[in-house]
Amino acid sequence: MTASRHAEAYLEDIVKKFTVAAVFWGLVGFLVGVYIAFELAFPALNLDLPWTTFGRLRPVHTSAVIFAFGGNVLIGTSFFVVQRTCRARLFGGETLARFVFWGYQLFIVMAALGYVMGVTQSREYAEPEWFVDIWLTIVWVAYLAAFAGTILKRTEPHIYVANWFYLAFIITIALLHIGNNLAVPVSVFGAKSYSAYSGVQDAMTQWWYGHNAVGFFLTAGFLAIMYYFVPKRAERPVYSYRLSIVHFWALIFLYIWAGPHHLHYTALPDWAQTLGMVFSVMLWMPSWGGMINGIMTLSGAWEKLRTDPVLRFLVTSVAFYGMSTFEGPLMSIKSVNSLSHYTDWTIGHVHSGALGWVAFISFGALYHLVPVLWKRKGLYSMRLVSYHFWIGTVGIVLYITSMWISGIMQGLMWRAYDEWGFLQYSFIETVEAMHPYYVVRALGGVLFLTGAAIMAYNMYRTVRGDVRVERPFEAAPGVAAAE
Amino acid sequence: MNILKQHAKLERNLLFLILGIFITVSIGGIVEVLPLFTIESTIEKVQGVRPYSPLELAGRNIYVREGCYLCHSQMIRPFRDEAERYGHYSLAAESLYDRPFQWGSKRTGPDLARVGGKYSNEWHVRHLIDPRSVVPGSVMPGYPHLAETPLKVDDIAEHLKTLKFLGDPYTDGMIAAARSDIAAQATPEAEVDALLKRYPKAAVGDFDGKPGRLTEMDAVIAYLQVLGRMVDFTTFDPAAADR
Repeated sequence: MTASRHAEAYLEDIVKKFTVAAVFWGLVGFLVGVYIAFELAFPALNLDLPWTTFGRLRPVHTSAVIFAFGGNVLIGTSFFVVQRTCRARLFGGETLARFVFWGYQLFIVMAALGYVMGVTQSREYAEPEWFVDIWLTIVWVAYLAAFAGTILKRTEPHIYVANWFYLAFIITIALLHIGNNLAVPVSVFGAKSYSAYSGVQDAMTQWWYGHNAVGFFLTAGFLAIMYYFVPKRAERPVYSYRLSIVHFWALIFLYIWAGPHHLHYTALPDWAQTLGMVFSVMLWMPSWGGMINGIMTLSGAWEKLRTDPVLRFLVTSVAFYGMSTFEGPLMSIKSVNSLSHYTDWTIGHVHSGALGWVAFISFGALYHLVPVLWKRKGLYSMRLVSYHFWIGTVGIVLYITSMWISGIMQGLMWRAYDEWGFLQYSFIETVEAMHPYYVVRALGGVLFLTGAAIMAYNMYRTVRGDVRVERPFEAAPGVAAAE
Repeated sequence: MNILKQHAKLERNLLFLILGIFITVSIGGIVEVLPLFTIESTIEKVQGVRPYSPLELAGRNIYVREGCYLCHSQMIRPFRDEAERYGHYSLAAESLYDRPFQWGSKRTGPDLARVGGKYSNEWHVRHLIDPRSVVPGSVMPGYPHLAETPLKVDDIAEHLKTLKFLGDPYTDGMIAAARSDIAAQATPEAEVDALLKRYPKAAVGDFDGKPGRLTEMDAVIAYLQVLGRMVDFTTFDPAAADR
């Protein structure tokens, strides 16, 4: 009896590995982001070398934060959540899990080295060349097998809602990855390939992929994290089961249509643009349904926000999710998009989602996981978590406000006419006007990176088993007095 | 509630759940993406759009390699200010042979869809080597190594063959002449009549200011100089293009 129980113990070592990798790649990705932000403010930093230009480092930044940081968080938490919610040990055991882990890290390293060397398909967020894509496909199938296999051997009758979201993420990313990366290599011994699609069809395929990398990697996957970690941390059940169901199906149905809003007023046929806009606006509803479900889970536990900075990360991330998913539909309206497209407003929007939602919910989940995985009573320091929270939040605010201003300003400058009916500004004047905002944005990035470094230190000390001597967070004075 | 009871079936059966997800996420793509391959009016019927010459193609591959698309769009929208700044709005037909498309999503620098012929080769050389020497406020990286790096030409015919396999109208003659064409386009006083017949409106001559050396700079500038030049907009009639 005890022996068989022991054999069925959850695999936690693998989750530890993903946790460490996530923190490591997070720091790398944020650091590269800060560097290229400074490159835009001070172009001498491009160093006139082929390997350090903005054009080659930008995909390193985006892939490192999305696929390396975000991906390790998603796979790691999914392995943690699926075992607990199914009450079953991970399918495939150590061997399959290790293959997924090391295979995925190899994918990241191959992709990043490729970008620096100039090996790229130039498809945004799908830059890796054909051989890296094939490798990722193999790893992804192994991941699906481990995840779905665990669900199959579950000892709980129901599949928990977080696992629906993880499943949608895994399946849809597979579909998008294969659909968007169909290409023919020039030689099987060379890196270069040509896309199976060209021009307008290629553009639509790419943004069908690109927008749903946001929808399924950065949204559905992290909503799974929300549906497990927010209730867990708040010690409250999910606000509404019915809303979870509506939220899930409406979200995954509507998201896939939204891609064409990246191609407004381009040579993409109008009917496709209009469909993309309409569905993007509709997408606002399930997005806010999810936000409400997440935040209202705190009903009756609001005071925990005062005493638990980890929960503060989780809840603030859901609030940022609500903000970004309101801004997104707004920007997908063609008349708004005519101003915002091609400007920094888009960059600001992405980062309110990426920093505020994706990174913050990841930090919350990682802070929760580390003491659990390493069997510590708690984190090394809750005060440091709180510092991280505030430094990171100020960084985000600096980032998105500077990008709102620079984006809207540049959009307006491009279309400004003087009293004689000539364009008022040359292009380079609009570039020069961006400089102060690029500096502020980079400083916002420095703050965000600083917060993440504090997190890494805090986790390192936690793993070592240290506990910082500090004043604990106390409940509200009224509550304390009553006790 | 009845529908919730129905949903419980999905929650208890992994196969149903996976199928449900797969069908749900497939619909949008089927409706939005697939018709673009079959509806004929998706791409306008215009004269002049041709596959890239071997030198232009090599230049385009360098443009892709360096990630130029991350700061430069190649897609002019149908607005008055964009028409005045960049020229006629872009047609779908103009990126017919773009694998992958380079429409871009951000204009940290200006749109390049019609940059061909706007600046001299000398200007491009100076600008690519040190952007701030000609545009003081520019934030573009310098690419001095392009002028020093010899262009890789030995596999250019393989590139054309791959594109032909994908459906681009390269002829056997074009593939056979690829190696000589790539050199001839960048060689001053070379015999280019046959080249120009294969690739009308291609810019010919020495691009990088170093006649006798075929560099990556030659290729990039040859590519930039053809951008937006293939369709003759003095005779373009939107109604006749049937869109």
